[in-house]
Amino acid sequence: MKLLNRSLLYLSIPIFLLISIWSVVFYFKMLDEIYDSIDDGLDNYKLLIIQKSKRDSTVLHKSEFDESNYAIRKVGKSVALNVKDVYSDTLMYMLNEEEMEPVRMLTTAFRHQDSYYKLKVISSMVEEDDQIDNLTRMAIWLYVILILGILIINNFVLQKLWKPFYELLENLKRFRIDKDKSIPDIPTNIKEFREFKSATNTLIEHSVRTYNRQKQFTENAAHEMQTPLAVITNKLELLLEEGRLSDADAETIAQVMQTTDRLVQYNKALLLLSKIENRQYFDNQSLVLNELVKQTVNELEDFADFKSIKIKVKENVPLELKMDAQLANILVSNLIKNAIFHNLENGRVNIHIESDSLTISNTSKNGPLDESKIYERYYRTKKTDKQKSTGLGLPIVKAICQLYHFKINYGYSEAQHFFTVTFE
Amino acid sequence: MKILIIEDEQDLQDAIKSSLEKEAYVVETADDFDAAHEKLFIYEYDCILLDITLPNGSGLELLEALKKAGKSENVIIISAKNSLDDKLKGLELGADDYLTKPFHIAELNARVKAVLRRNKLEGKNTIELKNISLDLEEWLFLVNNQEVPLNRKEFDIHQYFLVNKNRLVTRTALAEYVWGDHIDKADNFDFIYSQIKNIRKKIKDAGAHFEIQAVYGIGYKLVEL
Repeated sequence: MKLLNRSLLYLSIPIFLLISIWSVVFYFKMLDEIYDSIDDGLDNYKLLIIQKSKRDSTVLHKSEFDESNYAIRKVGKSVALNVKDVYSDTLMYMLNEEEMEPVRMLTTAFRHQDSYYKLKVISSMVEEDDQIDNLTRMAIWLYVILILGILIINNFVLQKLWKPFYELLENLKRFRIDKDKSIPDIPTNIKEFREFKSATNTLIEHSVRTYNRQKQFTENAAHEMQTPLAVITNKLELLLEEGRLSDADAETIAQVMQTTDRLVQYNKALLLLSKIENRQYFDNQSLVLNELVKQTVNELEDFADFKSIKIKVKENVPLELKMDAQLANILVSNLIKNAIFHNLENGRVNIHIESDSLTISNTSKNGPLDESKIYERYYRTKKTDKQKSTGLGLPIVKAICQLYHFKINYGYSEAQHFFTVTFE
Repeated sequence: MKILIIEDEQDLQDAIKSSLEKEAYVVETADDFDAAHEKLFIYEYDCILLDITLPNGSGLELLEALKKAGKSENVIIISAKNSLDDKLKGLELGADDYLTKPFHIAELNARVKAVLRRNKLEGKNTIELKNISLDLEEWLFLVNNQEVPLNRKEFDIHQYFLVNKNRLVTRTALAEYVWGDHIDKADNFDFIYSQIKNIRKKIKDAGAHFEIQAVYGIGYKLVEL
């Protein structure tokens, strides 16, 4: 729920209560005023009747209301003396409405020439139920109009007021830490938004700095290791070359060298990965993937032959790409290499080039791979020997695909792994 | 043949130096920018190994100075940075080659020999040993002046062993040289073994006066017979 509407929701309840209370108070206040006014009128009328009765005694004989609005009856002294002016509500039949309607009645008594009379004066009253109905209806209308009014104000005025906030939010949504350094500035004079903006900018700056430092760290660390690795490799090679070692010592040195080779491979792969992620490759050029695939297959043919694996390339159209040649090479060769090395003796590798995709499939003795894990760094299936794989081949492929917004999909059917790269 | 190693890492400098001395070169060293600058402009070298990151300056600056003096063509850059930019800049400045650390001694040896061969070319680009000759231009392998047909990779293997005569060529170094980076996860032991077996047979059948010996199960060595 949007903030604007939420605030409306919160407002609607107190507004409802306020209007209800106000309506009740208003109603009684108004009724009070009406009674007051009617009672004043009745009082005045009473005086007029009493005055008139002094001049015209026929008035004293008008014992029924009939067409007029008063009635006089002669009463005993003791009764008359007990009568005080009383205003009361009662019902009378109204001809026009054809039903009983409420009237206000003043009951009083007066003395005229030693006779006592009881006087009742009436005045038509507001119909309370109608009045309540009306008032309720009006209050509901007021409520609806208020809510609608607030809704409209929210959406037009407040929307405008909140615009910097929504823009900032939109910018934050679009912000990518691996691409952007900051978010666009939004002009605003509102203190809260300015503070929000500056807090956001500080946070972003901090995150970008940390992110870059972390990115740089891997690369720097890998770089720094290159020279010590060179020292180890070269010294061991020289030591073995001397030929003065006992067989057992040489065996140990050979093992250390192999381990060092692995370290070198890890380091190379890590360096490549961090270079891709740091976007240090931007020597994009047009290249035809078909050529690259054929060249790679040619280079890997010896390995394939050695394992008696048949590689078949099926191409329908030339697939032209714009990307860094070295990365294209790595992308293609990592996938083909995987297809050869994780294959069976006498297995097959099929490469299929379409106008916008490259599919590489290979026979396999193991079942399907876990797609959620194969692109993780250092992930190896149990059956893959740690000594033979860096576990960084597919993560590198994935990183290249991400860099160029290619899609990579894995599938398994009929005992074959399928890797498909879809180019945009 | 006189070679200058410009490298600030003392251990690496030592290793390179002792390796090159095995090839009977005169080897001098410099471990910072100023020492290197001084030596470069006083003496003449047949090959210069140049590290890019040096104390007090960049190897690329040295290269620039060398280029101005017309002496940059026998430089091999050895750098920890496998950066395309540095590589391109280095080669633009006239460096002959670019070698990324860590490297194998056999590889360095091959590169140095290539530079020496290119710069001291006496009309032909061949490697000769006893009764065999490897013509790098025509891709010919001759034993007793008879051509022995080799495919591209067999030729590369021969070349690598011949330039590294009597030196240890590890399986990894050989694989990287011949099959490029593709080797990195090979079950390369058996694969290289089978390739060498073929090569040995070819050499023997052709009657070449050298053989490829196994060294401690980690590599091979070409020795004259």
